[in-house]
Parts: sequence; C-alpha cells; structure tokens
Amino acid sequence: MEKYSAFGLLRHALSGHRRWPQVWRSAELKPNYDAVVIGGGGHGLATAYYLAKEHGITNVAVLEKGWLGGGNTGRNTAVSRSNYFYPESTRFFEHSLKRFETMGRDLNYNIMFTQGGVLSLAFSRHEMEIFRRWATAIQVQGVDCRVMGREEVSEAVPLLNMSPHARYRVYGGFMQQRGGISRHDAVAWAYARAASSLGVDIIQNCEVTGLNISDGAVRGVQTTLGTIRTSKLAMAVAGHSSVVAGMAGIKLPIVSQCLQAMVSEPIKPCFDHVVMSPQVHCYVSQSDRGELVIGGGADTHPSYGQRGNLPTTESVLNAVTEMYPAFSRLKLMRQWGGIVDITPDASPIVSKTPVNGFYISAGWGTGGYKAIPAGGETLAYTMAHDRAHPLVEPFSLARFAQGRLVDESAAAGVAH
Amino acid sequence: MIRIECPWCGLRSESEFTCGGQSHIVRPENPAEVSDEIWAEYLYQRENPRGLHRERWRHTYGCRQWFNVIRDTVTHEILAVYHMTDSAPEVSGGRE
Amino acid sequence: MNQTIRRLPHARIEADSTVEFFFDGRRYTGKKGDSLASALLANGVGVVGRSFKLHRPRGILGCGTEEPNALVQLESGEYTEPNVRATLIPLYPGLVAKGQNAWPSVRFDLLGAVGLCKRLLPASFYYKTFMWPNWRSWEWLVRRIAGLGTAPQAADAERYVKQNIHADVVVVGAGRSGLEAALEAARDPAKRVLLIDSQEEPGGRLLGSPVPEERSWLANALSEVAQRDNITLLCRTTVNGYYDNNVLAALERRSNHLGPRSGNAFRECFWRVFAGRVILATGAIERPLVFPNNDRPGIMLASAVREYTHRYGLTLAREIVFYTNNDSAWQVALELHRVGVKVDAIIDIRGAVDSALVEGARDAGINHYLGTRVINTKGRSGIRRLKIQRAPADGDPSVQSVESLPCELLAISGGWTPTLHLYSQSGGKLQYRESDACLIPDCNNQNISVVGRAAGEFRGELNLQCQWLTPDVPPENQWVDFQYDVTAADIQLAARENFVSVEHVKRYTTNGMSVDQGKTSNVNGLGILALATDREIPAVGTTRFRPPFHPTTIGAYAGIELGALYKPVHLLPAHKAHLTCGASFDDYGSWQRPVCYPKPGEAEAAAIAREAVAVREAVGLLDYSPLGKLEVVGPDARAFLDRVYINNMVSLKHGAARYGLMLNEAGIVIDDGVVVCLAEDHFLLHTTSGGAAVIHRHLDEWLQCEWTDLQVVVNNCTTQWATMMLSGPKARDVLQQLDCDIDLSRESFGHMQYREGHLLGQRCRILRASFTGEVSFEVSVPARYGQSLWKILMQRGANMGITPFGIEALMLLRTEKGYLHIGADTDGNTMPQDLGWGGAIARKAGDFIGSRSLSLPVGLDADRLQFTGLELLDPKGQTISGAHILSADERTTNGYVTSAVHSPNLNRTVALGIVAGAAQRQGEEVTVFYDGLRQRARLVSPCAYDPEGNALNG
Repeated sequence: MEKYSAFGLLRHALSGHRRWPQVWRSAELKPNYDAVVIGGGGHGLATAYYLAKEHGITNVAVLEKGWLGGGNTGRNTAVSRSNYFYPESTRFFEHSLKRFETMGRDLNYNIMFTQGGVLSLAFSRHEMEIFRRWATAIQVQGVDCRVMGREEVSEAVPLLNMSPHARYRVYGGFMQQRGGISRHDAVAWAYARAASSLGVDIIQNCEVTGLNISDGAVRGVQTTLGTIRTSKLAMAVAGHSSVVAGMAGIKLPIVSQCLQAMVSEPIKPCFDHVVMSPQVHCYVSQSDRGELVIGGGADTHPSYGQRGNLPTTESVLNAVTEMYPAFSRLKLMRQWGGIVDITPDASPIVSKTPVNGFYISAGWGTGGYKAIPAGGETLAYTMAHDRAHPLVEPFSLARFAQGRLVDESAAAGVAH
Repeated sequence: MIRIECPWCGLRSESEFTCGGQSHIVRPENPAEVSDEIWAEYLYQRENPRGLHRERWRHTYGCRQWFNVIRDTVTHEILAVYHMTDSAPEVSGGRE
Repeated sequence: MNQTIRRLPHARIEADSTVEFFFDGRRYTGKKGDSLASALLANGVGVVGRSFKLHRPRGILGCGTEEPNALVQLESGEYTEPNVRATLIPLYPGLVAKGQNAWPSVRFDLLGAVGLCKRLLPASFYYKTFMWPNWRSWEWLVRRIAGLGTAPQAADAERYVKQNIHADVVVVGAGRSGLEAALEAARDPAKRVLLIDSQEEPGGRLLGSPVPEERSWLANALSEVAQRDNITLLCRTTVNGYYDNNVLAALERRSNHLGPRSGNAFRECFWRVFAGRVILATGAIERPLVFPNNDRPGIMLASAVREYTHRYGLTLAREIVFYTNNDSAWQVALELHRVGVKVDAIIDIRGAVDSALVEGARDAGINHYLGTRVINTKGRSGIRRLKIQRAPADGDPSVQSVESLPCELLAISGGWTPTLHLYSQSGGKLQYRESDACLIPDCNNQNISVVGRAAGEFRGELNLQCQWLTPDVPPENQWVDFQYDVTAADIQLAARENFVSVEHVKRYTTNGMSVDQGKTSNVNGLGILALATDREIPAVGTTRFRPPFHPTTIGAYAGIELGALYKPVHLLPAHKAHLTCGASFDDYGSWQRPVCYPKPGEAEAAAIAREAVAVREAVGLLDYSPLGKLEVVGPDARAFLDRVYINNMVSLKHGAARYGLMLNEAGIVIDDGVVVCLAEDHFLLHTTSGGAAVIHRHLDEWLQCEWTDLQVVVNNCTTQWATMMLSGPKARDVLQQLDCDIDLSRESFGHMQYREGHLLGQRCRILRASFTGEVSFEVSVPARYGQSLWKILMQRGANMGITPFGIEALMLLRTEKGYLHIGADTDGNTMPQDLGWGGAIARKAGDFIGSRSLSLPVGLDADRLQFTGLELLDPKGQTISGAHILSADERTTNGYVTSAVHSPNLNRTVALGIVAGAAQRQGEEVTVFYDGLRQRARLVSPCAYDPEGNALNG
C-alpha cells in the first residue's frame, strides 16, 4: 500500500497525478474463501480488515451487491459520539469513538473527523431532568460530558431561537465535546484500501441470492457471480438484514424503515457543533464543505424504498426552522433516504446465530455509522473465535427471549 | 406520499394515519404456558418482507379505526385494504 | 463584455423603464423585465462569481436554473439570501446583490491565489494529506475557505404558506409542449388541469424566440389557456419533488420579483400537488463542451445567448463566436444574424454539416470552421482569444493547423440533456440514446408521461457528433463542473484509482455535487468516465436524482407552523383566571400549566414552597384539568379492564374508586391512575396528565385488533371536563360553602370514593383521591364552567386562606408523600415488582396485558432498579433529580434519583429514586453522585411525610 502524505501528493503532482495506484484492487471472485462478509459498507469492510489485521484471516471476500459504501455508509449524517446511557452501550461506542479519533493515522487515510462536539438540547423541565440523569450516567462511565444551562447553550449556538415567541423554551443541554462529524465515504474507502492491501478480495456488483447450509452449518454462498464455498459467513447489510437472514431461515426482531438525510446549499462556517433535540426533533451540523447536514426521525412505516417521503421532510425542516429562524432563507439542496434496521430496543445485534458459522451484524438503527470501527472489530473477533467479543455480549440475538433489552430510550426517553 | 383508502372515510394522505406495523400476529392463547422463546417471538420477531406486507393502520386524525392494508414496502403501493377481522385477501402485483 | 446602450426592438422588456440596482457596491440600471443576470450583462459586468475550490473567476453561463456560476448574495440582514442564481432573480428597484466566495471582491479576489496550487489539489487530495500532526491542525483553515454565501444572522423577516391542490392532469412546464399538452387535456371539460411553470411568465423557450409566428402562437395559446375554466395556471412555480402516488411538491415565488418589504403576506407558497396524471414538459438543458480553459467568463451556452439576445434584447459582445457539435447552435447563430447581431464565426467539431446551415452562414457572412476544435482560450478576466485546431482532411495529425481567433463571447453547445429530474425522482428509469448522446425516459410505474424536449423530441435533428472532452490536449484544465472546479483530469484520476462506479466518481471528484446538482456537468462527467474506463454509457449508469430539483427555501417547508403554531398548545379552561392570579406558565406535555403563582418579587422556589405549605396547613386550589379521563362503556367493560390493569377490577363496586397499574405487553409499567365504577357497565379511568391520548390509543388497539369479540367502547373525555383539585385540611370547608347536592361529610364521602351530583346547579363529578397526602376533592364540571368554578372557589375560600398552587408544588407534595409519578420515578424498564406490586400480581387470577413478560429471566433479576425513598445523611444536604447512586466501587451506576425537593414542611431534602435491589436494601447507606459531588444517603421508605396517613383521612 503506497503511503499517502503531503510529500506523496507533491511527488505525484510532478507526474501529473498519472501514477496513483488503485485504492483497492479489482479482484476476481475465487471459489473458496476462509471467510466471507456479505455487505460492502463500512461495517463489512471494517470486519474484513480486522479479520486480516487482527486475526490473520486474509483469504476473505467482501460481497457488495452495488457499489462500495453505497448503502447507509454513504447516506448517513456522519455523526460520531459515545454519549450513551447504559454502560453496555457506552463501552461499545466509546471504543468506536476512540477508533475514529485515530483512524486517519491508523489507516493512513484522512477521514476528516472534526470533533466540534455533540450538543443535545432540552426543551422542558422534565427533559432537563432526564438529561442530567443521562449526562451523569456518561460521567460515571468516565466519558466526557458536560451539562449546560440556557445561557451557555445560547453562547455555543448563537443562531438558536431564544426568542420569547419560540414554541418551546430552551432549558439547557449537554455536550460531548469529543463527538463530531467525518467524511462517511472516506471511512468506507479507507477500510477498503487497508483490507485490500492485506489480501481481502472486494467484489462489487455481486448480489447474494442464497446460502448453502447443511447440518446446521454454513457451507457456502450463492451469488450472481457464482457459488463460493466458505465455513464462516457474516452479514452486515443494514436495511436488508431480514432479507439475508431469511435466506438462513432466521427471522429477526427487526423492521426496516427509511431514514432521511438532507443538506442545504453550502454556506460559510456558522455552526460549530452537532446539535440535536428530541423534542423539536431534528439534528443539524455543518460539513467541511459548508453544507448544513440535517436529519430527523425515520419515516413512520416499514419501507425498503430508499427515498423518504414528503411529510417527514416537512416535519424535519419545520423543526429546523423553528429552532434556527435564520436558516429559514437557506435552501435545501438535496434530500435522500437510507433503509435502517429498527430493533425493539434500538440497540444493535452483533451475534452468533443458530446456524453454525453464520454471524450477523444488524439492527444498527439510525446510528450505525459511528459504530463502524467497533462493529467491524467485534464482528471479526466473533467470527474468528466463534465466540462473542466481550463488547458485544450484551447485544446477542438471544437477549430478546430473556427480556434483556438494552433500551436507551427507556432510560433516557430519547431515541438514538 | 402514501394515499390510503380508509374503509370508513375514503381516500386520505398518510399524514392522517398511524402505521401499527405487521398485522395478523397471533397472541399465544395461553401466555402463561408458552416458553420464553415463543413469547419473545410473539413480542419481537417480525416478517419485515421486502415486498408485500400485511400491516395495520389507524386513521388517527379521522375515525380512529384500525384496519388492515397490504402494501408493497418497495414501491409503497397499496394493493388491498380490509377490515381488522377479515383474513388477508389474495393479491397479485407489487414489485416483488 | 459589451455594455448594451440600446436594446433590440423585439425584446420582452420595457425599453423606456429604468430600474436601479446595486452589485458589489456599484450602482447600475436595468430595465423592467430584466433578470439580474441580463441586467448585469447589459452593463458589461463579466465576472459575477468565484468558483468553490480554486476561486477562478466566473461569468454567466446559462439563463435559468442550470446556472452554475452566477451565484450572488441577495440583500442583507433579515432579508439576505445566499447562493441566489442571478439568472432567476427578476430585477426590482433597489435590488442589492454581492458576489460570493471572494475577498475583497469577485473582480479581484486574493483567494484566487489558491488556483496557483492547482496541481497540488487534484480530486479528493484532502483524503491523502492533512494527517500530520492531525486533522485538527488543518481543519480550521479548510473550513474557513469552504462554503459559498453567508447564512443570515437574523430570523427571516418574511413568512411562508403551504397549500394543497388537486388536479386530474398536472402539466409541468408551460413551454410549447406543455401548453399543447394542457390544452389537449383540457378539451375534456370534466378534467381539472393544472399547468405549472417556473419562469416569470409562461412560454418556455418561446420567450427567447425571435420568430414572429412562434411569438403569436404563444400569445394565442396563452389566451386560450386563460379562457379555459378547467385550466389553472401557476406561474413562478417550480416543481421540486416527485413522490409516491403522483404527489408533487412545488414552490411558488409570490413576492421575490417585488423584492423584500413587498407587503405581500407570504413570500413563497409551498404547494403539495395531488395529481391524477402528470405530464412532464420540462424541456432540456444545453450542455457545455469540454475543452481547455472552457470556464472563462464570456463563455456562455448558446441557448443562453439566444435568450439574452431575443428576450432581453442584448448585444452581448462585438466578437461573437459559436463552438458546437450539433445543429442547434447554428440556428441560434443564424437567428442572431437575422436581428442584426453580428456573429463572427462558427466552429464545429463535425467535418460535415447540413448544407442549408452552411449556406445560411455563408449568406450571413459568418465564417465557419468545420472539423475544428477549440484547444485553448486566452484572456484575464474574460475570454479574448481562441486557439483552434483544424483536423486535417486526410486524418494525418502532422498537418493539423492551429489558428488564433479574437473572441469576446463564445457561445457553446455540446448537445442537450432532457430535464428528467422529476421523472427519475418518480421512480422512472432512463435509457441512453446514442444518436443525441442523451438520456431519455424509459419506463415508469407511476401515471406519468413526458413530452417535448424532455422526451428527447428536439424538433429537428441535432446531428450531434459526440465529444466528451477534447482529445490530444491535457485534461487538467478542461472543466466539467464549473462551480466545484472539477476537471476531466479529476474524473480520469478517479477512474485510475478504481473509483469506476458513477456514484464513486461523483463522491470522489464532487462532480455534480454543487448547488446546481450537476445540471450542466453530470452527462459530460458520465461521458468522460465511460471513455476513461472503456465502457459504453449505459454500462456506466447514472446517479439517481434526488429532490429538490432546484434548491428550495427551508422556511417554505415549515410554512406558518412556527412559534405558537409549531405544535398545538393546550390551554386550560381557566387559563385567563390563572393569568389574573399571577401564574407563571410552562409546557407540561402538550399543556401550558401554571408552574406556580409567584407574588411580586417572589422567586419561583419561594412561591412553590409557600404554596406547598398552604396546602398542608389550610387549603390549596389546583387546576387539574389535564388529568386524563377515559370512559369505558359496554357489557364487557369490566372484563376488559381486568385484562388491562394488573389489579383485580372484577370486584370494583359502583361508586368506588381503585388505584390501578397498567403495563404494556412487554411488562413495562406505562400508566397508573384511579379507576371509578360509574355503573355495572361503565367505568371512568384516570390516566397521568398528558397520557390520556397514548393510553386511549393503547386500549383502542387492543379492543379493535386483538379482543374484537369484546363489546366495549373507549372514549377520551379529558377535555370535556374541567377538574379543580381542592386539597388541604380545609378543603371540605371550602367546598361546603357552595350549593351542592352531594353529602360531602367525612362519614358519607370517604377517601377513594366517587360521587355525581350538582354543584351550583350544574352537573359535577367529585372524586376523593389524593396526590398531595391531604384531604382532596377533585371536582369536575363541564369544561365551559371551569373558569367560573375556579373564581367561585377562590372567592369562597378566601377567608380560609385558599391558595392557588401550581404543578411544581403538587410535585413537591407528592414527593414528600412518596407517591409514584409514572415517567419520572419509573423508566422504560420498570415492572410492577419494582414498585412493590409483586404480591398483587401473584394474587391475580387470569391473564392481563404484559403478565407473561414479568416472568422472563429479566423480571427475576435481583439487581432490578426498585422504587425507594432516599434520605441524605447530612440534614442540610441537597440533591437533584438526575443524580446517580453509585455502586460500592463507585465505577458503575446503581440507580438514580428520580425526584428531589427541598421540603418546607420537613425542612430537609426529600428524595425518591430507583435503586438496584432497593426493596432488600432498606436502611443501607449509599453514595449519591452529581456534578463531581458525592454525598451519603440512606435507603428509606418513599413516604417521608405523614406515613400514618392521618391527614388523608381527616
């Protein structure tokens, strides 16, 4: 793998940038792999990378039905944070956040992780109580988090509606300063490049059509490019988890829904943090390119249509305008949708399954992007050892029958 | 935007309705006697098909009645609307 | 560029008018009917913007929504708007605009120096650098340079409205094809036809036509449209989104053409269009040709040259040259000549061109160069010269001849791209037509058709010869996306690095990601990618178009639903009376309720304490109307309630009240409240305030979807009744002052009893329950009497010291008593066994909602968080809800404080919480943690005040 650096850029400039190597190899599908990962998004690519890097399993294929990172990896609002309520969640996401902090150097690919801070706003007394409980939970776990009063919030977000005519009064909020945003495509490409250089075959435009299972164990995968033999198979196909798991005869506690994201036209920097609010439901940040990146709740019915409906767009932008009256005259440039897995407790499922050698990473809900490094690392571990990584033990498929849900909203009254 | 023919009120936009998810889920007849696994399946496991989905909707900002719908989850096309107590009709079409 | 002194006579502007406007601080004048772009061109302003990355000077390229370059900051303060296309702003008097993304100005921009480093800044260079020492060290700089215009700092001074409109046929675009389609559809008088056009006036390309027959055709068609009762014409309206079921979103600009402070009630209207059938007549957008330094100001689309000449009457330059690969530009050149505008030359890539065109050019004295390419342009702030290269007749490259031509305006045409954004949004697939090198409609599931140029019907052959980029010359300065500085070399680099999917190329190079969303750059990018990867265009594929077609004002999506209209506000029936009493209000759920009634100068906490003391010592009055009131009626009502509550409801007697707990199917406590039996088949359920709608829905779903055999109806009566809570030792004395036919005596109307009767001659319902720990009467009267009841109670109670109290005093009192508040003292994991209800569950015979879930393994855990009181060891200590109880090693949470108040009646902090295994740990000491502070506390019974309940039964 050629090392990227300012010097390298200079050197390539002299040759007119005509000698840059491929970021990842174009690989031919082989008939046999030690491990196969279905899904060439961030999670799938990270899994392959850690299989090769941490566990020495390099005869690995990543199968992507479209283009790399074309699912939710390329459709989210690129927020990373670890301000979770339950220790199970915080431990996992804090691990992931730390990986984000060093990913640029670790993978030699600048993912442009800007740690502007993630601020959650409270719009009622009750919400503020819940936020204090939440923020304290994070502090107890040793993660940075600060409760802010109304004045502090006003200073941090000068464009916030503090007028007496606002529908809801801002009571305060809490901030995780280390949270922030990065370039989502870059994360997929960085893992693809690193995995490929370790020998992983990345196969695009290869759709899985069936699984070969006999005697309760995985034997192989059928794809549009042919059948592959393998005894370790993982799926990381957010949005389509039920479809692929169904091929193994496994029914999941998941509903697919469309989550929209949108961006305004680019403007000069005016918004430093990621600001979210459960009450006036939207979240806003500003990308390095200057666009306001906006998200909200998922569309309210099951869907596999990657587009998003008008009522949700309206309600998200209504919230944005109510919270930031100055943004009213900005223009929405692009809106799109991704299909997310919604689990009953809005927590992920990283788990072995009843089928030997078949592993799933699913149920990431609206927050899968920030989990990419830890999700890949733990899934790779689980595949390599056929035993759940300690970080994902609480997120097994079996937890539902025990009633041991890890429901953040139950504790904090707030969706992910 | 999804447009739904409420069996009581006629054609309306989706913003008047609430989707209640999968329909025809059978509650175990005697909950005390089923295993934890069966109970959890009833509580949490869902069909979640890519294609035709039998689901229930409520006309929340209207007659407040629940009814069943068969809808394509890819195109969002509605292929049938029927009463809560009716069994699902056979439909053809949809993308999948 | 030329300054136009006199407009051409056939222009659609008012030649005698003078409209003053300002650009970059300079005063100019234009004409009524001008756009800002045409007015700038009339004044010879060539440089109007700077590109995003390299700050290259940018001139006007197009004449409409496709414009990638002429983005300006319009107006200032609360009226300012960034990134406005100069081509789309009708000129109005006093218009003030500024160039963007430049310092100090677009004409002279110091940041243009970035362009000198161009070689170091290929596509996505940032992913390969800025890693040392870390990204943070560079980020501030990169962020500052990025972005285009400036966001407003003040709230928008104008308002927006949203409207629905239904039509049988919706025609998008009122050019020739759209008008024809609308008139055709309107022949059936029963059909409602909606014709939508985005320009200032309908007519599409006909507005830029110099041909008299075409102009009169337009006039006739428009008058016919006006005469048809069944056609509605919406002008200045851009259809931006195409959703499922033929629902379109369109934005009408109501007052932008008048400028700010127009006096219009609404600046823009957001239309939701419900269409039976949609006909897209959205036209086509001309493509630039890709050649070295094709981005200089003075290089303009041929279609734009046509528009500026004929519609606005401008003579754009002295030396006008055309460069094309198809016939359409020849027509434009000949039309220019016909109205007296001199065209110097036509350069055509094609070796052979239709003889009629060639003869036309010869007759017009226009030089033409066939089989010739532009291989470079020269000029500082605008184009001055062209370098052209004639291909040799026999194909021998050694004899190519290079020539230099003077040129002040270069009109370019690389073919046409049908405008199919809406078609693609609707789910339609596109197919590639080789002959015209364009994408045309293929198939679609919705009821939609496409006509005219949008369908690739160009009214005459284009005879196009494809050239995606100029061969044999360096690709580094052949621009594809003018706004984001994407060159052909960038696309080739992406392909070289294995970004060969069209989506990857878009994301890697940012081609088509700029404000215009690739309207002029997408197809050229596609072609270059196809060449770079040695594939056919259909194999490369296209990116999906996303809404909106044209960037859409964010405030328009909100409409009027802002401030008080953002979410409905529930006001209490006695709201005005509370105002009179000096209440301070706050949001509690959807209701605005009195927090407390502070006296002048009294702090909130002091007021709350005073109110709470008054309730304990005399009597308080609380507006309790939001208390949820559901009526459950029917022969099976009792059986239903027995399945809904974990308590036994079978034995509840007429007139009696019973506290009940409700679970969801997962066993989680979702509500509590007092259930009253009104009759054998009629019950009144009280839910937590704000919970009424949710619980109503919950019960209804079970009845309608699961237990369809039960004959029961549930109705939410919450807002039909105003409920006043009289609470305190003197509560009965106050109530007895009023004429009431209910025996209120202690003996006949005890705690947890319910009576109906008449109060002051009106129906009333009185419940004796208590959330304060004092004797309480919850008196409900029809909502319309709420205000008068409040006033009368305040009057009659005055001599007994009646004190109005707010929600916060109520919360203080119930915390003193340790009364559970669902949602505050419970969380989404709380099961009844955590609240001391384990015994009751065990005793209950039969199934109820959630019962099976209680025996899942999680329900049996020893460390479940359980409801408890907390007493701080330091009698002066304070804590706050949200504080945590730490585990013995202080590393994890063991629970949290859910309610904490300073009790004025006990003169110490009283706290409630949920703590792991609290039921078995009573008396144990624990550590309470908040904001770095640790305190010791003891787990105690929740009830801190009057544990014997003497006050309650008084």
